[in-house]
Amino acid sequence: MKRARKENLIKRLFCLFSLFSIVFLLGIVIVLFKEGLPIFKVTSFGKFFFGKFWYPTYEPPDFGILPLLLGSLWVTAGALIIAVPLGVASAVYISEVAHPKIKGLIKPAIELLAGVPSVVYGFFGMVVVAPLVQKFFGLPVGLNALTASILLGVMAIPTITSISEDAISSVPKSFKEASYALGANRWETTVKVTVPSAAGGISTAIILGMGRAIGETMTVLMVAGGAAVIPRSFFQPVRTMTATIAAEMGETVVGSEHFHALFAIALVLFVLTLSLNIGADVLTQKFRKRLR
Amino acid sequence: MDIRKTKEFIGFGVLKSAAVIVLLALFAILYFVAARGIKVINWEFLTQMPRSGMTAGGILPAILGTFYLTICAICFALPLGVAAAIYLTEYAKQGRLVRIIRIGINNLAGVPSVVFGLFGLAVFVKFCGFGISILSGGLTLGILILPTIIRASEEALMVVPRSFREASLALGATKWQTISKVVLPNAVSGMLTGSILGIGRAAGETAPILFTAVTFYSARLPRSVFSEVQALPYHIYALMTEGTHPEAQIPIAYGAALVLVSLVLGIDLIAIIIRNRFRRRKKW
Repeated sequence: MKRARKENLIKRLFCLFSLFSIVFLLGIVIVLFKEGLPIFKVTSFGKFFFGKFWYPTYEPPDFGILPLLLGSLWVTAGALIIAVPLGVASAVYISEVAHPKIKGLIKPAIELLAGVPSVVYGFFGMVVVAPLVQKFFGLPVGLNALTASILLGVMAIPTITSISEDAISSVPKSFKEASYALGANRWETTVKVTVPSAAGGISTAIILGMGRAIGETMTVLMVAGGAAVIPRSFFQPVRTMTATIAAEMGETVVGSEHFHALFAIALVLFVLTLSLNIGADVLTQKFRKRLR
Repeated sequence: MDIRKTKEFIGFGVLKSAAVIVLLALFAILYFVAARGIKVINWEFLTQMPRSGMTAGGILPAILGTFYLTICAICFALPLGVAAAIYLTEYAKQGRLVRIIRIGINNLAGVPSVVFGLFGLAVFVKFCGFGISILSGGLTLGILILPTIIRASEEALMVVPRSFREASLALGATKWQTISKVVLPNAVSGMLTGSILGIGRAAGETAPILFTAVTFYSARLPRSVFSEVQALPYHIYALMTEGTHPEAQIPIAYGAALVLVSLVLGIDLIAIIIRNRFRRRKKW
């Protein structure tokens, strides 16, 4: 039975390899907790989450992440205002309206849009979008929440479009045929039958697009302006959690309070994106069950 | 024209314009980067070291650095990813373990890139003692692209028809013989696509290498996997945000951005073309 033993060994080896994703995910959780939690020895939970001032290098330092948290949510909300209508409408166009040849052109183009590195979006934002925004609205600075939202919106579109498109094209043909048989035209069928049937998948797409926008780092670091204040309008510079980590980690001393505070921010960010992902997962499962 | 038809016409028109706007955004980015970047790029720009404190000269160290980091990432992630995909599609029975592994893969894919950077800093740079180096950055990028590679490899394995496996098993081959001699050779081009997409992703990421691998300026090219490196994405960021001569640095940034975009999108385009051809031709 040497052969059987060898087979078994191979199977176990592959099983071991497949566990690595879990190991890495757990590793990330452990590192974030281990390096992030010590900050609560020097500041309270309430002060950390609801403190209005982020002055990590002052003496004594202030570690209030409220402006950063709100900054992240602010630009993400702005991004969704742009990305949801454009992304979902493009998805409907691709799956319901476009000629197969045009579809074969648009789909790869959207994949390419997803492939543009975030630092290039940031660069494009600095040299092209920011001056345009500044001139158009007559602002003192072009690097602000609006510019960041526009770019994050464009970056979230590929996620929203490709997942929505999958959901829309997986609506059973019989649904549409029933609608046509009742005398509805293509537009009425699309709006009243196809899109509502795909609503679960479209919501998943929007949630994942949101996760993409919240976690984006380089673009907001370069174009959002970087002021750690509570956002009150789209025309002011803001600073997100991701940008704070990226900008400040290089200058902190390993093991210092500031270092732990940045890991604690990363922990908040991780929990946020994890909940979005799990939410999207649950929605997908529900959606699948219902279509069956 | 009756009202229902008018509504349909307008509705479809709105949908179409949304798609056009999205395409325009892509073309605007590509156009600006290409039009201004092309003026800077020449042979010297690609093959020389930077000079006068990053305000003149070429970007060779950044190109090489990105190349090394990407190679390191793919060497780490490809074997792990392909093995995981083989287990999930060929061996695993649906059950709790597989569900947990899938949750792991899905959520790993959703982790923000800057968090990977912190993980790399804590584990590879500090805990393992690799320091700020190609190795630390490459491993961090490798973890980042692992979900991409697993998913693409799984897709490639799943399209190999069941009958192929059954035929092989019926001939008396063992499971492993079937996988290595029948399934893998038929899935290899799909897996290739996955790894190419992973390469594109790894080459363009900045946040994960920010505290694990890069330096703005190094006088020499890296000597070993333990050297810190320059990298194209970070080079663009640093040229735009550091230094005191923006008028000299921005053109270089344009050139570096064009090189990076052509590299990453070129890689993606190749992957997309291979995949589409593969999907169309293989009808078994």
